[in-house]
Amino acid sequence: MSGNHFDNKVIQWLDDRLPIFSMLQHSAVEYPTPRNLNYWWNFGSLAGLMLVIMILTGVFLAMAYTPNEALAFNSVERIMRDVNYGWLLRYMHMNGASFFFVCVYIHIFRGLYYGSYKAPREVLWWLGLIIYLTMMGTAFMGYCLPWGQLSFWGTTVITNLFSAIPVVGDYITTWLWGGFSVANPTLNRFFALHFLLPFVIFALVFLHVVALHTTKSNNPLGIDVKGPQDTIPFHPYYTIKDLFGIGVLLMVYLGVVFFLPNFFVEPTNYIPANSMVTPPHIVPEWYFLPFYAILRSVPDKLGGVIAMFGAIVIFFFLPWIDRSKVRSAKFRPIYKQLFWMFFLVCVVLGYIGSQPPEGTMVTLGRVFSVAYFAFFPLLWLTSKFEKPKPLPQSIAAPVLKGASVGHAAQPMEKA
Amino acid sequence: MRKYLIPAFAAAVIAAATPAVAAEKAEVAHQNWSFQGVFGHYDKAQLRRGFQVFREICSNCHSMKLVAYRNLAALGFTEDQIKAIAAEKQVTDGPNDQGDMFQRPARPADHIVPPFPNDQAARVANNGALPPDLSLMTKAREGGPDYVYAILNGFVDPPAGFKVNDGMYYNEAFPGHQIAMPPPISDDAVTYADGTKATKEQIAKDASAFLNWAAEPELDTRHSLGLKVLGFLLVLTAMFYALKRKIWANVH
Ligand code: HEC
Ligand code: HEM
Repeated sequence: MSGNHFDNKVIQWLDDRLPIFSMLQHSAVEYPTPRNLNYWWNFGSLAGLMLVIMILTGVFLAMAYTPNEALAFNSVERIMRDVNYGWLLRYMHMNGASFFFVCVYIHIFRGLYYGSYKAPREVLWWLGLIIYLTMMGTAFMGYCLPWGQLSFWGTTVITNLFSAIPVVGDYITTWLWGGFSVANPTLNRFFALHFLLPFVIFALVFLHVVALHTTKSNNPLGIDVKGPQDTIPFHPYYTIKDLFGIGVLLMVYLGVVFFLPNFFVEPTNYIPANSMVTPPHIVPEWYFLPFYAILRSVPDKLGGVIAMFGAIVIFFFLPWIDRSKVRSAKFRPIYKQLFWMFFLVCVVLGYIGSQPPEGTMVTLGRVFSVAYFAFFPLLWLTSKFEKPKPLPQSIAAPVLKGASVGHAAQPMEKA
Repeated sequence: MRKYLIPAFAAAVIAAATPAVAAEKAEVAHQNWSFQGVFGHYDKAQLRRGFQVFREICSNCHSMKLVAYRNLAALGFTEDQIKAIAAEKQVTDGPNDQGDMFQRPARPADHIVPPFPNDQAARVANNGALPPDLSLMTKAREGGPDYVYAILNGFVDPPAGFKVNDGMYYNEAFPGHQIAMPPPISDDAVTYADGTKATKEQIAKDASAFLNWAAEPELDTRHSLGLKVLGFLLVLTAMFYALKRKIWANVH
């Protein structure tokens, strides 16, 4: 990091010894950013904001929470009733998880649409996927903590999956539980891990951003930056744009927190955990539903587990499955259709995952699970045979002239 | 041709998924509540009536362990009234200096004293059924206060041919329609301290509102703080947007 010059003597003194101000200057002020990013590029920083909110509210919740099977449920209610603004902390944390996933899902689909996973951003993409997997683990263990009926039974169902692993499966489940069923030791370790993992995510996000600033941002045209005329400094352009995005996100998120705080919650989780009573309908949180649907669509337990994890792991290979050199779906007519179909398949799988696995739902689940996995070979085929539209000369060319090749003004970029 | 691919695909998906949606269970009728909506807040007079219903009827069978007597201040009861309400019940305390447990009247800091010492005792007194704790009832059931209202008003004659088991009662709102709770309310089952006419519907309404308060005592604060926060964010975001337009003016 080459040292910058600062007018303030104290800052200069510190920066000569620890170049944090140079780093900030370098990566949050001068950082050259494509001038044509649309609002879908806001969701990375929005996810970062959610992560900070989750850590802050989580730490304060942990001060009043008790990870004991006899006390956990009531300790959460104590937070809701007796801790000053405890209800606000808890509702922010609970709904924050949902909005974190909303941001990250949009962020991932943005990357899919604009081909951000392709060279040279493969490692950036992998780090994103590892973040996503870690988030899922964190959210799963967090859901266990209030020790309601679904906390308990959801944990039981999902941890039981590991018993499908041949030979060592039962040992692994016992080891995960710390006993022979989901019980106090399980709750204790889940709390410890739920506290730890967000900091792991934080470190991963740091690496994610280092990788981003090495390869630089992709953009809606998917073409490389050709020179300074294609970029603008991060500050003030993208700082203000991110701030505006933060304002909008906070309005929606806090609107739910204050006025529909239990929108994402199954009422059954307000019944304390009871190992003697199985709830009629065990569903995970909405952000797991597509994978839950895939899991249940495979008649074999081990097969289901493999399919479920495979549904995510396959994304690691995306940079090589997709052979096309063109990044943005804007110039890939067939890929664009494929993308939207895949998106729809994910939404429908989510719906199927929320329904009891009976009748048509079973058949539909199988059809759509196959459709999910069909995306990848179809993408491979498409990328070999598709004829992309002509790419613009440079980012600056269409942006400065106000019109891109064959495309009218894009609504996302008007504001 | 390709243009129609996605719409056609979407239509097929929706068509395939509809029959499954139609097979849902009967909806619970929606009631008007003073606390619904962005500007909603509790009607304290109604909550006090609801508490009266709970105290005189429901609390003979149901506990409400998460609510303390001191919380009743939110319904407009004075400190002395709360002390008097609490003192009606006895709680076990101790050990004292002699090492003995002893009985004393409940204090405002105590949680509402349950009618039975444990679940087993509650079952014995209720034909084997356990009256659930009511602290979170409206949050723990689909439909919330609408559902509680529907249960309380749902005791009707069973349709011809429906066999109601011994010790069970027909209830149109309860899943499976057989509930172990005897119809708890009827017209004039309570005499309201504020003179309101105690029809069965009125009692059910007041009791449901009270249970909603028990489950979400923070609702009033939540709504009023929420309005302020959203108002602030609206102004802030509008300013960010204006600033964004200004800063970006020379880029577009
Ligand atoms: C005679 C005892 C008794 C009284 C009095 C009583 N209940 Fe119940 N209640 C029960 C029992 C027993 C159950 C369990 C029913 C079952 O699971 O079948 C129950 C269940 C309930 C349920 C839960 C239904 C469900 O979905 O599980 C609600 C709500 C309820 N009572 C509300 C009230 C209200 C409000 C009052 C006062 C107006 C009241 N009860 C008075 C015995 C009583
Ligand atoms: C904790 C969650 C995450 C945080 C906080 C985060 C943060 C960020 C930030 C701040 C950016 C730059 C702004 C942007 O391009 O939107 C970014 C870019 C990126 N992220 Fe993430 N991210 C997260 C998860 C993910 C996941 C799950 C993936 C994909 C599986 C992913 C893939 C990418 C890619 C490919 C880019 C570069 C995008 C481009 O320039 O086109 N990220 N991330």
